[in-house]
Amino acid sequence: MTASRSRQGSETQRWRLPAGGAIDRSQPLAFEFDGTRYSGYAGDTLASALLANGVHLVGRSFKYHRPRGIYSAGVEEPSALVQLATGARTQPNTRATMVELCDGMRATSQNCWPSLRFDVGAIANAMSAMLPAGFYYKTFMWPPTPRWWLRYEQLIRRAGGMGRAPTEPDPDHYQHQHAHCDVLVIGGGPAGLAAAQAAAAAGARVIVCHQSARFGASLVGSEAKIGARLAPDWSEGAVAELAAQRDVTLLARTTAFGYYDGNLVGAIERVAGSAADAALAVAHLPRERLWMIRAKAVVLASGAIERGIAYANNDLPGTLLADAARIYVKRHAVRLGARAVVFANNDRAYAGALALREGGTEVAAIVDARPASRLEGVLPARARDAGIVLLPASAIARAHGRLRVCRVDVVPLAGGAATSLDCDLVAVSGGHNPTVHLYSQARGTLRYDPVTASFLPDGSPLPIVTAGAVQGCFDLAQALRQGDAAGRDAAARAGLVARPAMVHVAPDGERAAVEPLWSVPARGKAGKAFVDLQDDVTVRDIELAAREGYHAIEHLKRYTTLGMGTDQGKTSNVIGLALMAKQLGVSIPEVGTTTFRPPYTPVTLGAFPGHAQGPRVEPTRYTAMHDWHEAQGARFVNAGLWKRPHSYPRAGESEDAAVLREARNVRSAVGIVDVSTLGKIELQGRDVAEFLNRIYVNRWDTLAVGRCRYGVMLREDGIVRDDGTTSRLDAERYLMTTTTANAAAVMQTLERLLQVDWPELDVHAASVTEQWAAAALAGPRARQVLERVADIDVSNQALRFLDTAACNLRGAGEAIPARLFRISYSGELAYEIHVPADRGRAMWDLLLDAGQPQGLMPYGTEAMNTLRIEKGHVVIGAEIDGRTTADDLGMGRLVSPAKWCIGKPLLDRPALTAPDRWQLVGLTALGGAPMPRGAKLVADPDAPLPNPILGHVTSWCFSPHLDAWIGLALLAGGGARHGASLWAVSPLATARVRVAVGPPCFIDPDGERLRG
Amino acid sequence: MMLIPCPFCGPRSQVEFTYGGDATLRRPAGDADPSRWADYVYLRDNPCGPHDELWYHGAGCRSWFVLRRDTRTHDIIASAPVGEPLDGTRP
Amino acid sequence: MQRYSIASLARGAVGGHLQWSRAWRSPEPRRSYDVVVIGGGGHGLATAYYLAKEHGIRSVAVLEKGWIGGGNTGRNTTIVRSNYHLDPNAHFYEFSLKLWEGLSQELNFNVMYSARGVLNLVHSPADMDAALRRGNALRLNGIDAQFLTREEIARRIPNLDCSPKARFPILGGLLQPRGGTVRHDAVAWGYARAADALGVDIIERCEVTGIHVERGAVTGLRTTRGDIATRRVGIAVAGNSSRVAAMAGVRLPIESHVLQAMVSEPLKPVLDTVVTSGAVHFYISQSDKGELVMGGDLDFYNSYAQRGNLPVIESVVAACLALFPSFGRLRLMRSWGGVMDMTMDGSPIIGKLPVAGLTMTGGWCYGGFKATPASGWVHAWTIARDAVHPLNAAFTLERFAQGRTLDEKGAGPYPWAH
Repeated sequence: MTASRSRQGSETQRWRLPAGGAIDRSQPLAFEFDGTRYSGYAGDTLASALLANGVHLVGRSFKYHRPRGIYSAGVEEPSALVQLATGARTQPNTRATMVELCDGMRATSQNCWPSLRFDVGAIANAMSAMLPAGFYYKTFMWPPTPRWWLRYEQLIRRAGGMGRAPTEPDPDHYQHQHAHCDVLVIGGGPAGLAAAQAAAAAGARVIVCHQSARFGASLVGSEAKIGARLAPDWSEGAVAELAAQRDVTLLARTTAFGYYDGNLVGAIERVAGSAADAALAVAHLPRERLWMIRAKAVVLASGAIERGIAYANNDLPGTLLADAARIYVKRHAVRLGARAVVFANNDRAYAGALALREGGTEVAAIVDARPASRLEGVLPARARDAGIVLLPASAIARAHGRLRVCRVDVVPLAGGAATSLDCDLVAVSGGHNPTVHLYSQARGTLRYDPVTASFLPDGSPLPIVTAGAVQGCFDLAQALRQGDAAGRDAAARAGLVARPAMVHVAPDGERAAVEPLWSVPARGKAGKAFVDLQDDVTVRDIELAAREGYHAIEHLKRYTTLGMGTDQGKTSNVIGLALMAKQLGVSIPEVGTTTFRPPYTPVTLGAFPGHAQGPRVEPTRYTAMHDWHEAQGARFVNAGLWKRPHSYPRAGESEDAAVLREARNVRSAVGIVDVSTLGKIELQGRDVAEFLNRIYVNRWDTLAVGRCRYGVMLREDGIVRDDGTTSRLDAERYLMTTTTANAAAVMQTLERLLQVDWPELDVHAASVTEQWAAAALAGPRARQVLERVADIDVSNQALRFLDTAACNLRGAGEAIPARLFRISYSGELAYEIHVPADRGRAMWDLLLDAGQPQGLMPYGTEAMNTLRIEKGHVVIGAEIDGRTTADDLGMGRLVSPAKWCIGKPLLDRPALTAPDRWQLVGLTALGGAPMPRGAKLVADPDAPLPNPILGHVTSWCFSPHLDAWIGLALLAGGGARHGASLWAVSPLATARVRVAVGPPCFIDPDGERLRG
Repeated sequence: MMLIPCPFCGPRSQVEFTYGGDATLRRPAGDADPSRWADYVYLRDNPCGPHDELWYHGAGCRSWFVLRRDTRTHDIIASAPVGEPLDGTRP
Repeated sequence: MQRYSIASLARGAVGGHLQWSRAWRSPEPRRSYDVVVIGGGGHGLATAYYLAKEHGIRSVAVLEKGWIGGGNTGRNTTIVRSNYHLDPNAHFYEFSLKLWEGLSQELNFNVMYSARGVLNLVHSPADMDAALRRGNALRLNGIDAQFLTREEIARRIPNLDCSPKARFPILGGLLQPRGGTVRHDAVAWGYARAADALGVDIIERCEVTGIHVERGAVTGLRTTRGDIATRRVGIAVAGNSSRVAAMAGVRLPIESHVLQAMVSEPLKPVLDTVVTSGAVHFYISQSDKGELVMGGDLDFYNSYAQRGNLPVIESVVAACLALFPSFGRLRLMRSWGGVMDMTMDGSPIIGKLPVAGLTMTGGWCYGGFKATPASGWVHAWTIARDAVHPLNAAFTLERFAQGRTLDEKGAGPYPWAH
């Protein structure tokens, strides 16, 4: 198959030069674009391969759906965005200029229907007079209802957007990589490589990231000499030499996208490169790696990006940047067209013209905005020598063509008649914008340099140094010198002793000076002159924004959408800025620059969480008994990060029925529940009682060894924060329990109080949640079960309510050391049993076995909830909702008047003691109807809206004990409303039930059961 | 991503830490006027510039310590154990 | 004011759009005004607009240190909703939503109020209880709310992972159909243009550097463009409320924190509803341009830097992919930060400050954008009448000392916890 494809390949690559380029002609690759099969070579990008096949039309623009081609050869590409691949691996908005070609690649054009050549959406271009910048702010307001805008919006949304999102989960995976280094070099061109050499020579640990597959940047395919070697050879030599050093890491295909605090640079490595993603997956390699590189110093050698010049129809396919033209010829051996016109205002573009000519394209003329007197550099001289016609002080005023440029009108800038030149290619250069994004993110300031007509780095408080084109330097010799100096400077900033400068002898060549030319004045109804090719922002749009007062650069951007596309205005922002300055009659720096927000280039979403995806997006916590629960078919519920058994339905049993059965069994026999998730904190020291006095509302200095006490903890503002029991295990040793939800937060607070507020207290705290597995054995027969396994006397006299004792649990196997706590959440006789976590399962099995004769059954959180509602116990989230005081919850009497505690000083504020506060009550549904979920309490369910809300139901259940629907509620002035009847209503469920208000305890108010 | 100098463990990534707010607040005496308590609980200087604040090295040594950090830039100026001076000379 | 309409646009099309004049003037500051509003974001501009329109006070200046709408007005995720649980919040934000509904026509500037619905996902039984409680409260308050089952959600938003095995399983959701998005920049521009037409001076690049207070009353301001005398000053500078209030010697129950937001590359329509999740603290919508706009938690440290760090981006995107696994190959195009006024109870402060003539609207935490019209409306009322309106009676500064905190989340006096 490959053979037949390659045959086809040589047929389709009619625009491939017979020799040259950094491509591997022995490796032909087949690919498809819009269903047509083509071929290219290893070393091609999708863009270069398309061009080699003569394909220039590749997409449609965002707003006007105008035909667009390949404009650049790099990350800045505004136009050549394609939908890559299909199915789960499809990728919208992919820059064809950055995709390394691989065999079998499939790409389609975007934002067009029914086809790329004939796109119905192009009607927007015909109607464009009605669609100037911000047209939508001025219309679509009639008919005057929100519904109509929704309709208009649907049309707008469909016309806009770009590519299509995948509909299946991403099959590939992503990795995080953390790295530290002395010197991070961003950019592997001449300046970057020289910097890396210098830093490495100083003994620095160096990381170099380079966004393309191949290091060298401008050196690839260059004919310059460095010392005795050709530039490409020098580059390869330098890379090989660096790669051989232990402390140097070279990262190809890696784009540094953001500069963050602590000198951390985020970079994304495309591991896939030229291999298909599927192949990587087979090799268990990640598709991309997110590097977080902590550098002591950074060398930014990120180069510069060429910008165009706005003239009418400057967006026609066949129009591209002069640098890109050079790259496609030199690196990819593509013949770009039959006849080209080059339009420039600087010397560097001449290299593009010379390359085009070398690449078999006739250069009809170089149209240069500069006067003849300034065309005297080395490169213009070479162009002249090569016989290329130079048209000084001229400009392209307009291009013609439909799906490809076919002719341009050239005008003298001083005025005069236009001449037409036939051509199928226009290479344009309006100068270069240094890639200062990361510099700006590193709080670097920028200054406008009139010589290069660009913004250059002007100082940063952070250890970042720049070299090469990012400094406006396009001369190879100077770039190497700057790189070397930057590498030494960075090494010194990283605390290393730099070596003397290295000597790189290279030709002195290109001049950076440009004659600023941002747009060519339109002559008549010439057509649109684009500033931003992706978002279709024209010169007229900028003028309109100026006219309407959107002068601030951010207003200009937001009003016209300039620079808001996937390229973030890399080729367009400065042009827009300059045009605005011209409109306002101010200098360019007075208009300012936009913020260079990260990421520098778009980063795959999947790379950010890395492996924290799917089930691993958050950790999952399991108790020691989890396997048993799972084997029993328990239904689980998320409780924070924990998985807890909700209930244990038997075969054919519903969850609701299971909950009732489990709850009933606790009241009538005995049940066991896994309570390992409760927060457990061990406290030791002389001052624990004093400490507890300060953090709980009640008193602790009276707690005897071997006793447990329930405590309520407040926030600083007096609102209840958490509750739980604390037990005194020994004279200076306590075990505190917290709610599952607050375990970590309470621990953190205790640490803070002990370390920051009261370091004088002799108290040490340690979280032991994970160290102990815990189960609660509850029900009238709980003691009978425990007696069979505990090796101590657990009679009501020996182990009273709120006693705690250590013991061993004995069964067939090895004894299990345990701690018993006679506390009760259900309101029944109950014991909490803690054992070392690794014995949790053994304890569970032992108790289940011992409890069989008594009818012991496991119960889940839902039955536990039913039991506690019957008993009137409050929980975090429902009753303890972050707004209730101890008094609201009926626990005001716990607040000891004899001592201070956190939150107490603010308890007496008027609003916290008002009689109409929402207070805890019990509710019983009347007439047997179920209590609706999430119900609110009202006096009259049929009252007009807004119907005053008197309170809400916080917890509710069907009580098997009472055979009725009951609930707990927070009710305005609830303490005084016992005996009243109200309505619990759920408008969402169109449900209502009459409820009787009473005390919040439905069973055994005197606590005889739990003391029995 | 800030590199926070824990006075006990040395520089560590910010993901190991939990923020604890203004370190200059002092709890009033237990019997102080409620309005002083309300000020203590609710009001903050919230400076734009150097800020002394508490951080908790939860994924490390579990220590609370004081960090002086510039809220305009996130630059870290100094750190010290609670109760020790932030003289700017410590790492 | 030049009227915007399809007809005027058509006239523009014929004439090359040369007829359009400035949307708002750029006047020199006068030496005195009846009222000066500090802050040219949505809230400040709305305050000025309603002062002029509802109260006939036309001698008003809005002072903006940079460019209008350049703070949080231009940095938020554009969501508007009124689905609050606590009554005062519900009433206030519902009033705001009603103003949004007619705002394009009121201002003659299309702010693109898109009532596409805001869906709050439910992931656990506890979430379910809270969501239903909130939904029922909304309905009793006369605000739209619907409960959607998992199946209904799966039909409506097919790319959400509704499988029971999801790490955050979706058990249902609370939908506010009238919730949605508004084009944020347009709000600043629309209010500016309408206020300007009523005579309000909008003065950009004018930073307030001092507030003159004599005998407990405001007498004027010091600015980078000279002193301005005035007896009434409204502060609308959320993010920097503490700094500006401090100029008058007032301390606030606020900390400034950075909140990040981010957008993906533009896509063809893929999400028609605003989706939010409390459990993972995440919110997402698709802009009309096609970008997925998302946000999540604070960076959790005091900051005025308007930029954040990678860990929050990681967690926001992780939440996104947990809910929408098919978004994994899309790309993040831009991220940025805004500075939030985080109050001690998570609710705003709109009312008088303890200096005569000084008022503020701020303390928005995450939620300022959706409040813009109502905030301006009640703030204007308070400035004009020197009294609180019933809609902001619960939002006064005194509530903290009095214990009337309005803690929707129940997170307590820890501003970064809200």
